[in-house]
Amino acid sequence: MRHESVPMYWRNIPQYYRLVAKRCRQCGAVYFPPALRCRCGSAELEDYDELPHEGRLVEYTVLYQVGTDFLKQKPLIVGLVELNGGVRAVGQIVDAQPDRLAPGTRVELVFRRVAVDGRHGLIMYGYKFRPVQP
Amino acid sequence: MTRVGVVGWGVYIPRYRIRTEEVARLWGDDPQRIADVYLVNEKSVEALDEDAVTIAVEAARIALRRAGVSRERVGAVYVGTESKPYAVKPIASILIDALGLRNDILAVDMEFACKAGGDGLAAIAGLVEAGRVEYGIAVGVDTSQGEPGEHLDYSASSGGAALVVGRDGVAAELEAMYAYASDTPDFWRRDGSPYPMHGEGFTGEPAYFRHIIEAVRGLVSKYGYKPADFTYAVFHQPNGRFPLRVASALGIPMDRVKPGIVVTHIGNTYNASALIGFARVLEMAKPGDRILLVTYGSGAGSDAFVFRVTDVITERQRAPAPAVEHMLRNKVYVDYAQYLKMRKMIKLLE
Repeated sequence: MRHESVPMYWRNIPQYYRLVAKRCRQCGAVYFPPALRCRCGSAELEDYDELPHEGRLVEYTVLYQVGTDFLKQKPLIVGLVELNGGVRAVGQIVDAQPDRLAPGTRVELVFRRVAVDGRHGLIMYGYKFRPVQP
Repeated sequence: MTRVGVVGWGVYIPRYRIRTEEVARLWGDDPQRIADVYLVNEKSVEALDEDAVTIAVEAARIALRRAGVSRERVGAVYVGTESKPYAVKPIASILIDALGLRNDILAVDMEFACKAGGDGLAAIAGLVEAGRVEYGIAVGVDTSQGEPGEHLDYSASSGGAALVVGRDGVAAELEAMYAYASDTPDFWRRDGSPYPMHGEGFTGEPAYFRHIIEAVRGLVSKYGYKPADFTYAVFHQPNGRFPLRVASALGIPMDRVKPGIVVTHIGNTYNASALIGFARVLEMAKPGDRILLVTYGSGAGSDAFVFRVTDVITERQRAPAPAVEHMLRNKVYVDYAQYLKMRKMIKLLE
């Protein structure tokens, strides 16, 4: 199976587990996924651990042709989510039926298994989104 | 200074359910008879991408939110489970990074069949009382195993509960606790075995009933309680019948036990079983109420705790965090084939 290497996964744990972003010390812009340099030209970015865990679905797509890690999870719903406050994040949408989703659907962050390295390898966890139940 | 106790609680129940009649359909049982014997109508099923780690994270996030405790003040995290996704690799350390807790804290995984989650509560209470940590999080979680077609297939389910324990902002003070354990061969799972085994005839009297009754009798006689002192009594719930029977043996009226019974709706969540019942009761409790919480783990042992609800409870009940009732209500039914897929019981080439 092809998926992210163990060192890469380990390095990205703050981002994958709890949406740790980067914030520019000069102009305050927030980047997720984390960026190395700000649009304002500054390279002084700090960890920003306060992104909200709720937002709204901006758009989504339903995938039937998926990578090997996701073959058993078809169809895969991938969405663009605007978190409260305006930062956008791409993520899998789970606990959802594609025909019941629409732009504007309220979603919340959940912690799930993302990829599993076979029977003996590492289980890689990360964030996904699911519709908020009233 | 106030007593140590529960500052916040959080429960996570996966959204999927399978009905008792669907399991009975597969295995040729009479569904009415099964439901009558176990008093379990349906049970929770984790999604394909959920496991004890993800459920623990969700429950703990909710508990922290409800407690209103900042992550920097948590000094210990204890996880009790018997369904670790890894034989060797802790859940507690994943919780540290998923919750954004400090790294210089005590992180522990514990195992004692279904009792380890409650043992975390006891351990953290001790650490807080000793002044070694300000707050700790105790999690009981399981995606419990049952052999398809065997009677656990009707009850073994998935869920988690987390308690934030501390001294500041306590909603339920820990008044007393008492423990009882002995080597009892009622239920076990050998290393590498996919499903547990039962010691025939040991499950009831010498195991569940003996340990719970001894723990509660010890507690009552040491601290001078009467059954009437408890507004609610919550017991470990392997099925719907056992907690009712043990309450009756202890002279506790049924109406004090029923509010804490969740097994009928979600099955036996093992390490989360009594704790989810406890959380549900906390969500309806009033200041001054006394709650008896009794865990049980095969092998075998039982911890009995008494909590006294404080004025803080109303604030915690109103906190912006999902309630147990909400989790019980929001559900999607699956059939047996989906159940096997979600529980990863279909053998796949990987």
